[in-house]
Amino acid sequence: MISNPQQLNKPLNDRNLKKSWVPTILIGITVVYLGLVLYIPAANVFYQAFRLGTGAFFENLTKPEFLSAASLTLMLAVIAVPINTVFGLCAAWALTRNRFWGRSFLLSVIDLPFSISPVVAGLMLVLLYGRLGWFGPWLNSNNIQIIFAFPGMLLATLFVSMPFVVREVIPVLEEAGAEQEEAAATLGASEWQTFWRVTLPNIRWGLLYGVLLTNARAMGEFGAVSVVSGNLSQQTQSLPLFVEEAYKQYQTESAYSAAVLLAFLAVLTLVFKEILERKTK
Amino acid sequence: MVSSQQFTQRLFTPRFINKVIKFMGICVQDVSKRFGDFQALDRVSVDIESGSLVALLGPSGSGKSTLLRSIAGLESPDSGRISLMGEDATDRSVQDRKIGFVFQHYALFKHMTVRRNIAFGMEIRKMAASRVKARTEELLDLVQLTGMGDRYPSQLSGGQRQRVALARALAVEPKVLLLDEPFGALDARVRKDLRAWLRRLHDEVHVTTVFVTHDQEEAMEVSDRIVVMNKGKVEQIGTPAQVYDHPASAFVMSFIGPVNVLPTSSKIFQESGFDSAHPEMFLRPHDIEIALEAANNTVPARVARLIHLGWEIQAELELEDGQLMIANLTRDRYDRLQLEENQCVYVRPKEAKSFALNYNI
Repeated sequence: MISNPQQLNKPLNDRNLKKSWVPTILIGITVVYLGLVLYIPAANVFYQAFRLGTGAFFENLTKPEFLSAASLTLMLAVIAVPINTVFGLCAAWALTRNRFWGRSFLLSVIDLPFSISPVVAGLMLVLLYGRLGWFGPWLNSNNIQIIFAFPGMLLATLFVSMPFVVREVIPVLEEAGAEQEEAAATLGASEWQTFWRVTLPNIRWGLLYGVLLTNARAMGEFGAVSVVSGNLSQQTQSLPLFVEEAYKQYQTESAYSAAVLLAFLAVLTLVFKEILERKTK
Repeated sequence: MVSSQQFTQRLFTPRFINKVIKFMGICVQDVSKRFGDFQALDRVSVDIESGSLVALLGPSGSGKSTLLRSIAGLESPDSGRISLMGEDATDRSVQDRKIGFVFQHYALFKHMTVRRNIAFGMEIRKMAASRVKARTEELLDLVQLTGMGDRYPSQLSGGQRQRVALARALAVEPKVLLLDEPFGALDARVRKDLRAWLRRLHDEVHVTTVFVTHDQEEAMEVSDRIVVMNKGKVEQIGTPAQVYDHPASAFVMSFIGPVNVLPTSSKIFQESGFDSAHPEMFLRPHDIEIALEAANNTVPARVARLIHLGWEIQAELELEDGQLMIANLTRDRYDRLQLEENQCVYVRPKEAKSFALNYNI
């Protein structure tokens, strides 16, 4: 029995008053931290790039070194994204729809590119395909160059961008369950028909999200690619490598212009990601 | 030279062939299935007549769903044979068995409208577009969802979704319709409505239908015959009346309908002349007669508790030796006796059964 409701309310209000400081402090810390680490540096990139006006900015973007780097990065993404999408789909399907010995081991191996430092990933490739690596003598005698060439950069990109599609598709596949696929089979649909008409439409947003993240990583990777590329201007220099090189050569505006382009791509990806996340829900 | 007859004899045992010819419905023979250490089906044989509606009834883990999925081809048995409509289907894929399957959680295609869901099987089987369209509308009428064709499954209630699932399964004119706990995910009222509706639908369409349930009332109400399963084995096959009145085992007796289990040595059986070589007797609550006066074959009991269930009264009775048992009496009888709690009454069993094997659920 509540004899006097106001009496009951009082301590509650007191508690609320004390509590109300906690969110304010936490929000303050978050804003300051993000400002120092994220917002100010990002804003600075844009400021530096446009410091000498838009003319200089666009001039920087028409330099052959830049164009070559941009097209190389594009090539890497255009090849790596479809490969990892198809692989990711297959792996996710195999891992969710089957129970087999070593399944959980495979699941953790797929996460390896997340946990390994990209530099180490690059080194692993050098140790395999480099001149003194395991496959080196054979590659050499057959005149195939992988390290310090495009194939090596592609391998590095494939490696670091591998887990995204798998990781995004596994939960949506699990959530969709196998029942709809079984239902399709009882209605006469072959496995291929079931995949295109039932499975794929069910996982499409999760899959697209995974593809976007794969693309972002493929375009932005620096560490692993830098180890295996040799960094030859206009030959094996991708966009992130170009940014670093230009900066080291004191071509600050050039570096910042390219950085702006990369940042712009990243922002675009995030916008798409946000849209997709809402669609998925 | 091997004649074709010799060839078929090699494929099937003569007994199996005979059964196939006799029934032309669903014939399951000696089917076993193991999941790791768990024996889901243990040499199960069931014959289901063409055009009948049969319930697979049992507790969870009894193998009823595995049996249904094996008939559908969604599960492949380790041994045994399954024939559908007189044709051996053991090695046939799900797609080729021409069955309709309804899942407990509907398994509707979420990204398709109701109409596209129903048309799915017909489109896969390359039916002409005009026929698909006409038949889809027909089926929408049949499942009482006229005008809802453009909705998505998420916009329907549970009962409506299950009816869409049924229409989708019936669209391809299956030879057998298989339903896995079709009403399990629905609330009690919708469930009752849909049960009666399924029975009427079956009487209209007449497709051989098998459905899985753990609800004995549902099985009794809807089906022509009940297959009672326990621990991967068939305990009894019979009409609802047969399994209720003449249970083949202690398990069937206690799974279908309420039951009192009392030691055979109890005075209540000695006085009334029921005897058995087995240690336990099974007694239905409605087979207990209650009187206010002692007679030569009654024993005294105390009314420990009275529960009003509306149209009948459930009395908890305590015998002299402390044994508790439940008796049901009609409202009429209760009013005439004017029972009260803690009152002393005299009871006599009208019917009691005992079974050879020990039972456990």
